[in-house]
Amino acid sequence: YRSDPPERSNLAAVQHVLLVLSGKGGVGKSTVATELALALRLAGKRVGILDVDLCGPSIPRMFRVQDSAVHQCDSGWVPVFAHQDKSISLMSIGFLLEKPDDAVVWRGPKKNALIKQFVSDVAWGELDFLIVDTPPGTSDEHISTVEALRPHKPLGAILVTTPQAVSVGDVRRELTFCKKTGLRVLGIVENMSGFVCPHCSECTNIFSKGGGEELAKHARVPFLGSVPLDPQLSQSLEDGRDFIQEFPKSSAFPALAHIAQQILDGTSPQSS
Amino acid sequence: AEAAELRARLRSVKHTVLVLSGKGGVGKSTFSALLARGLAAHDDKQVALLDIDICGPSVPRMMGLEGEQVHQSGSGWSPVYVEENLGVMSVGFLLSSPDDAVIWRGPKKNGLIKQFLRDVDWGEVDYLIIDTPPGTSDEHLSIVQYLSAARVDGAVIITTPQEVSLQDVRKEINFCRKVKLPIIGVVENMSGFICPKCKNESQVFPPTTGGAEKMCQNLNISLLGKVPLDPQIGKSCDKGQSFLAEVPESPATSSYRSIIQRIQEYCDLQHSQEEKIM
Repeated sequence: YRSDPPERSNLAAVQHVLLVLSGKGGVGKSTVATELALALRLAGKRVGILDVDLCGPSIPRMFRVQDSAVHQCDSGWVPVFAHQDKSISLMSIGFLLEKPDDAVVWRGPKKNALIKQFVSDVAWGELDFLIVDTPPGTSDEHISTVEALRPHKPLGAILVTTPQAVSVGDVRRELTFCKKTGLRVLGIVENMSGFVCPHCSECTNIFSKGGGEELAKHARVPFLGSVPLDPQLSQSLEDGRDFIQEFPKSSAFPALAHIAQQILDGTSPQSS
Repeated sequence: AEAAELRARLRSVKHTVLVLSGKGGVGKSTFSALLARGLAAHDDKQVALLDIDICGPSVPRMMGLEGEQVHQSGSGWSPVYVEENLGVMSVGFLLSSPDDAVIWRGPKKNGLIKQFLRDVDWGEVDYLIIDTPPGTSDEHLSIVQYLSAARVDGAVIITTPQEVSLQDVRKEINFCRKVKLPIIGVVENMSGFICPKCKNESQVFPPTTGGAEKMCQNLNISLLGKVPLDPQIGKSCDKGQSFLAEVPESPATSSYRSIIQRIQEYCDLQHSQEEKIM
């Protein structure tokens, strides 16, 4: 393994760091983080995902690597590779648990210590994008992650919501968090935006409609798109399969691809 | 002395039920709100709903109490009343704007939770329902610790059918076992969707590993019921109305009602067992 001189930061060769936030749980942060990583990979980028959800780490299973272990090298922890071609690398507390059902019942200070380690001690190597998946809320994990990432000047944050007011209400608070911590908001994604019945193709707004777009307008941040509910997407995530490769005809695919494209456009040389 | 204060305040609470998950967005607050409303439908019962989700307090909106503020009285903080027999407390009532973010680390959150238990004047309460944030962290450790001064009937654990939820819920179940919190049972939410047009059922969140049913079998826990997806649930929550009252004919309403009934029976059984012991 290439060993870096100790004074070089493990994030030095990471081009762009972006966070996926919400305020609300269960809106699809990990899903969007995973799909964004897969879409960026398809565009030829090297991507890493850092999962700082210590109580509910969803990322390992989404890539079917939940049984992997983490190894050490001179520069720190070696991330787990999700593809044979090593184009996606992952770090999550999920890899450090002895048993998958072990609850991580830690108070803030212990969580903060691990997050600091996750940010500085993972030997990511060269990455185009490091996506940071977070738990819901505006607490220890979020404060610590932003503080630890500050020297590395993150690109910004994508905020995920579902359409209904109850979700949007929490995401508004997350926007305040971003403002207060100086984290640039790249845009809002409205997830679970409509369900197309696989039997008759009727679209039902199970979780209401439009809240994400309205919030983006109200907060004057970019609206990155609406992603509909697609059970094929849920199924892929359950099985740890590559939805982007397997279901390019899915109703969710254009939305996810468009979100990735906007991120890429925002980081292309002409856009600065 | 602190424990004595909490004990004194909680002495007037007959039954305490915690609503937990491990996973976010599975419907804890929705369920807590409906459980509280369902129990309060009996005029002779006094119900209290305490929302300890400090970062994402959803309960005020769901109970139609957005914009309400907390008032102090001689005997402590007054809960905000939806009905005469249904009082609510949440950090949401302490925030002046919907954009206000509570960006607190653990210790400060714990402090507020303790205040909620110690300083809110609930009066005589038959059922105290406590809505929690997702996870197994400060809020959960603290509430269990502070409630050890009182009696907790148990926890209702909410999940959705897919493995990504179940894997977090198993951790929550382990948490309950670790802290010796009895588990009343599991509710599987968002369990199937009936298309309003063609009436066929779809699994929006496919139970690839057997759903809550299999998990409950494996862990020897009661499955209290399954609630299907109904777009009216989200709408009612957004409008602060009771879904049970607004859409009484929905299959989801019957599921909720039967689950609430089972929880009530469980609590009553605890009570009568205690009386036998005394």
